[in-house]
Amino acid sequence: MARLRHYLPHLVLALGAAAMLLPFYWMVLTSIRSPSEIFDVSLWPVPKTFSGGENYAQAASSVPMARFMLNGLIVCGGILAVQVLTSVPAAYALAKLRFPGRRIMLALVIAALCVPVQALALPLFVGLARAQLLNTYFAMMAPFFLSVFAIFLFHQSFRSYPDEIIEAARMDGFSEMEICWRLVLRGSLPSLAAFAVFSVVAHWNDLYWPMIVINKTELAPPPLGMLFFSDAETGANYGALMAGATIITAPIVLCFLLARRHFIAGITMTGVK
Amino acid sequence: MTPQSLELTGIGKGFGQTEVLRGIDLTVRPGEFLSLVGMSGCGKSTLLRIIAGLETPDRGTVSIGGADVTGADPSDRNLAMVFQSYALYPHMSVRENIATPLRMRRLSGWARLPLVGRMIAGRAALDDIDAAVEAAAGVLEIGALLERRPAELSGGQRQRVALARALVRDPAAFLMDEPLSNLDAKLRAHMRAELSALHRRLGATFVYVTHDQIEAMTMSDRIALMIEGRIEQLGTPDDLYRAPATLRVARFIGQPSINLLPVEIGPAGRLSLFGLEIGLAAALSGGAETTGPATLGLRPEDLHLRADGLPAKVLRVETHGADRYVSCVLPRAPELALTLRQSATDPLGADADGVLRLGFVAGRAHLFGADGQRRTLHVLERVAA
Repeated sequence: MARLRHYLPHLVLALGAAAMLLPFYWMVLTSIRSPSEIFDVSLWPVPKTFSGGENYAQAASSVPMARFMLNGLIVCGGILAVQVLTSVPAAYALAKLRFPGRRIMLALVIAALCVPVQALALPLFVGLARAQLLNTYFAMMAPFFLSVFAIFLFHQSFRSYPDEIIEAARMDGFSEMEICWRLVLRGSLPSLAAFAVFSVVAHWNDLYWPMIVINKTELAPPPLGMLFFSDAETGANYGALMAGATIITAPIVLCFLLARRHFIAGITMTGVK
Repeated sequence: MTPQSLELTGIGKGFGQTEVLRGIDLTVRPGEFLSLVGMSGCGKSTLLRIIAGLETPDRGTVSIGGADVTGADPSDRNLAMVFQSYALYPHMSVRENIATPLRMRRLSGWARLPLVGRMIAGRAALDDIDAAVEAAAGVLEIGALLERRPAELSGGQRQRVALARALVRDPAAFLMDEPLSNLDAKLRAHMRAELSALHRRLGATFVYVTHDQIEAMTMSDRIALMIEGRIEQLGTPDDLYRAPATLRVARFIGQPSINLLPVEIGPAGRLSLFGLEIGLAAALSGGAETTGPATLGLRPEDLHLRADGLPAKVLRVETHGADRYVSCVLPRAPELALTLRQSATDPLGADADGVLRLGFVAGRAHLFGADGQRRTLHVLERVAA
């Protein structure tokens, strides 16, 4: 009974993890199967005929996969950089400075969390079209430059930074910007890592907004590129399609694993008081 | 830097509806160790933060060495502050922590940037800073800890790092906000002695905030006792103990607390306790309210056994090594508890029923009028105590 109690939570968690990982497993499995095997329901990991080579070669050769990845990197990197640049000072001011209207501003930030991006799509699209900015990297990035989620996340984390250290820094001659970036953000690196993962995953995987503002293959980020890929004559070749999906998912998984190590380092660092 | 004076005139400060400071005038002399003492909420920390420039006063001016700095930024005042939590920069080594005030003052913004800053700053400036850090670490005997992070230090060591960071910049004055309150009792006593020694050695102006009267009494040149946003009394520790200006000062200073007895000022200022004259008379200044009820204050060490004294029943005896504190009540007024301090080697002096007879040292009694202000006492010819 005691043993059951010990292993039961692990069992439940393992089942949950299996459910979450199954689509990925299926994706990788399909990417190495031959077309005749694609619709097999068996989940046996070794395919009867190994077609991984052909599928991956086709995915890599029939569309500019490297170009899609580069586009994704530019868009995600640009969005993340501007989001951090704008949200960190805002969160610092809301968390640690006293000024009239602070509460209202914080309430507005929280209220803005409730507005979905779809609600703004039309005005944003019209605005970008008028400004002749469709089919640019800027059009893909601009709507996400101000992240209220980031402001909220950093605000929660900055709030716990000790006021006395900030005051000591003011007496030592730090400017408010130096306090914000060199001390307070420095103390919230785990939050920064967490936000970076959220942001990069969300925008790497985003299909909705690029599909609205981009119709040129050379500007497409990976998911939009995949869409072009499946539209092309290879449309029915699920093996190659899944090989492409595996290629574009890999960087995100790698990125997450790296940040995960950083999370743990950050948590143990703050745990020592 | 030669020690500077600090002058506060008419400082007032409120947060919302609450008045925290109600007109503070205070001059701290150059090189003086002055303590701001009071209960929590009396405004002492706010006053220190106003001196530091971390709060702006609603009224009044702050000057340092004669120069008005009321609106100046904290960093332009050249003051060093030691915080209750030490406020060390958690991601920097001890060496970097101590160097920070100097780096911020001596190096340009570009030279302070990580990595590239080293190249811009110039060898000589960096060597100067290193030498100053080593010297400060030497004074506080933390030379061996310079490469550690604050998280790896004990409370006492962090305290020393905070002090080193304060003194490395050679400030006009040191401000300390309850710096010892996070230490255990033994270390606190040790650091008291070290702080006093540091003050003597540096000859600098210290303003020290504490709620602990023992810290204030043992280290200060002068104490400003604050109550409800005002300075109730400013004086040497002896002044506050031996000549408290008001009843509230008398109540606050002294441990165990002063004994307070209700007395009546009669004709010619003669005092009577429970209807008996006690051989003391208040000086009659000719004001309207010169007679009537008043309070007599007697320190525990000024009570003693006396064969014909007031009977008092012993409630509790506490022995503190050399001293013994005897709590007793007067059968005449059971709500009044008195504390008597005796040498632990003396006999307790109680009879079989646990009753003592108490007298007091007439010359050391304190009299407070109904308004709580101190009044002058005269010792009359010997009458029954």
